[in-house]
Amino acid sequence: MSTRSQIAPIRFGLGLRLGEAPPEDPQAWLQRQILQPADPPPGLTATEALITQNINVVLRDEASGVARTRAPELRAALERHGVAIPDTSPLPALVRRETLRWAARRLSSPDPFRDRLVDFWANHFTTSRRGGAMATLPAALEHEAIRPHVTGRFADMLVAVTRHPAMLIYLNNNASVGPNSAASRNGRRGLNENLAREVLELHTLSPAGGYTQGDVQEFAKILTGWRVAGDRAPYDFLWQPQAHEPGPKHLLGRRFEEGEGSQEAALRFLAAQPATWRFLAAKLARHFVADDPPPEAVRALETVLRDTDGDLAAVSLALVSLPQAWDPPLRKFRAPQDYVVAACRALGVTEQRADLVIGGLIALNQPLWIAPQPNGWPDRMTAWAAPEALMRRVDWAYTVAGRAGVSDLPGITAAALGPLARAETVGAMRGAGSMRDAATLLIGSPEFMYR
Amino acid sequence: MSNAPRAHASFSLGRRGLLLGLGTAMVLGGTRAAFARLPGERRFVVILQRGAMDGLYAVQPYADPELREIRASLALPEPGQEGGLLDLGGRFGLHPAFATLHAMYAANEALLVHAVAGPYRSRSHFDAQDMLEAGADQRLSSGWLNRALGALPNPAQARTGLAVGTNVPLLMQGPTPVGAWFPPGVEQPSPDLYARLAALQAGDPALGTLFAEGLRARGFATSTLGQPTREPGRGRFPQLAAAAGKLLAEAGGPRVAVLELGGWDTHVAQANAILGPVRALDEGLGALKTALGPQWSRTVVLVITEFGRTARANGNAGTDHGTAGVAILAGGAVAGGQVKTDWPGLTADGLLDNRDLRPTADLRSVAKALLAGHLDLPGRAVAQAFPNSESVRPMAGLLRG
Repeated sequence: MSTRSQIAPIRFGLGLRLGEAPPEDPQAWLQRQILQPADPPPGLTATEALITQNINVVLRDEASGVARTRAPELRAALERHGVAIPDTSPLPALVRRETLRWAARRLSSPDPFRDRLVDFWANHFTTSRRGGAMATLPAALEHEAIRPHVTGRFADMLVAVTRHPAMLIYLNNNASVGPNSAASRNGRRGLNENLAREVLELHTLSPAGGYTQGDVQEFAKILTGWRVAGDRAPYDFLWQPQAHEPGPKHLLGRRFEEGEGSQEAALRFLAAQPATWRFLAAKLARHFVADDPPPEAVRALETVLRDTDGDLAAVSLALVSLPQAWDPPLRKFRAPQDYVVAACRALGVTEQRADLVIGGLIALNQPLWIAPQPNGWPDRMTAWAAPEALMRRVDWAYTVAGRAGVSDLPGITAAALGPLARAETVGAMRGAGSMRDAATLLIGSPEFMYR
Repeated sequence: MSNAPRAHASFSLGRRGLLLGLGTAMVLGGTRAAFARLPGERRFVVILQRGAMDGLYAVQPYADPELREIRASLALPEPGQEGGLLDLGGRFGLHPAFATLHAMYAANEALLVHAVAGPYRSRSHFDAQDMLEAGADQRLSSGWLNRALGALPNPAQARTGLAVGTNVPLLMQGPTPVGAWFPPGVEQPSPDLYARLAALQAGDPALGTLFAEGLRARGFATSTLGQPTREPGRGRFPQLAAAAGKLLAEAGGPRVAVLELGGWDTHVAQANAILGPVRALDEGLGALKTALGPQWSRTVVLVITEFGRTARANGNAGTDHGTAGVAILAGGAVAGGQVKTDWPGLTADGLLDNRDLRPTADLRSVAKALLAGHLDLPGRAVAQAFPNSESVRPMAGLLRG
């Protein structure tokens, strides 16, 4: 078996599961996940998330007797929509179900490379439960806008994400109103630039793309009218022409006429800019190859994106064909999410104990769907490898080794590192006083910190 | 490592903490001795407000005739009225939730610098935060405070710098090693297992020193703060500020600390959205003062944010990304009781791009004055902290004579 068989599941996948053999033909194993994936897993819709959020508000306000509340109005709207309102709020159970579903999928995925790509794009298009009334919407964004396009076209993913209720609410486009539109009520309500700025800066061109404050404002005007019916049917995306800014707008020198359709046209225009290809190529290479990826690797990915008009299957296949992506030793420091998932898979944590993954993400400061800012979680070693962060890693390794239970130490070692384990680590494990301590040394070893 | 002390269940928690510190010393050799070599007695704390605090809202120029016109509902009632601003001497008023800060101001222990900004004109949070921390109008791979620490006596060995949090912000990244502290959250291995883990990490060029520092910092924190508790609020900003204050107050402790506080990006319903972070900051400043005790008189706390926000409210009773804002200075070493500003006004001509509060002071001049006057850094070291800024002179009058 080649070194590549060991590297593939660590670098491109989620790590081997206890008892899982390394792939015989790593290239074919990765290609199969792109070209012939298993059926997508079930997931949450924005409508389900928003209805649950409304029920939660109704029950909360009715129980606490808030004087000024929209509860009666929300209740009537839900009942008109045929929603039966239960006695207790379904929101906590839904949050729990969705986070555990996310973790269980990572523990048992038939397509771990594909899931890594889903997580990469979900971070690129960060939405966060920190942003107020977000309920479980990040789960719906992954299910409805990211996973369906993960090997499709970038432009399609960009459009699906930007018009999704999760993004429209998180970056405040839901509250943005054209200053000269009917809904502005003589200028009392107006433009909110947040989504427009972050699409330009974080999702497409990046600051290297050279747009101006004027472009941000024009793009914000284009995006007006893309809103969410969050408190009434259809509990989903809503095109609201009364909020749309009238007149033509100019983005990067290109004229966009007013009306429905201009939003998607502008997004597709941004998706096809050379600066966007360059930015996405650099991010992909940074995630899968190295913090400072070799320029020729970035150029190769950029060329594929340009030549295929943003085909994400093609760029994913190009990624695993890069010679630089296979260079040992593994030097990409695992972010907590990678680390926790890989450790739990190697320890043989079952889907029924998916809560161990969720707890690990909290303990190591990368909680699921709670990124602090719209630029998502950092993807460089300097952001994660700090003294106290490392201490927490080994504390958690010790904790999870105790909670998961360790019986098959050779199997765990084979899944975690196999022949990549250093002699020092193997020796230290041999000298350990308990299975739990030995597993802590394995999961806490420096070579397990990298992928 | 076979003779490293083992923890037994029969030891009390305090004993175990002691052992942890002892185990640390054995792993690292001579670093404990380094504690004895005291650096300067002055304390310096930087609080990074992530998300861009609206300086015009936190510190309102209520005497400016344009304020009510331009800010509408975001202009709070004048001092003395119900829910009104806390007066800062006739022209400016503090947001009413800043009661602790206001008391410090009244005791001449706090001052505000208004209409101040860094040299960059980016309205991107992430670019602006990087440049604020780098201390330049471009991205650098180290932070200005780390470069400044390098010029203090014996900085690396004594771990003069402390980042409060699990990760070290760019401001504190760089050639000078710094400590990091955050309350631990889960079960902890025995000192013996820590020692074995440290030996394994030593084989890695990057992780070996980081892990050793993690152990050392834990040992020191445990001997100063006692055994970590599992109380729910232990990771909240005021609690972190209190812990930082205790560590800074220790004779062998750090002298410079960085804390971070997010939540300032108030695009929607700002009046409500800003309350949480304002209260956390206000409570945190009070906790720092209490924990520092007599050392408060030797302390400067500098509170800075990446940029200010638009002078006008947006369409959602919030504000968008702007330019100039406010820097807060607190501590017994500060020449408090004043608002330092060359006020640009809020007229269309006074504003930058008819949009943002116009910067009339450079944040680097504030930081330079503190590095030179408070930490006594030589001019060469200040210039290293803030490269290519010869024309930016340290701001006068920030420190008590």
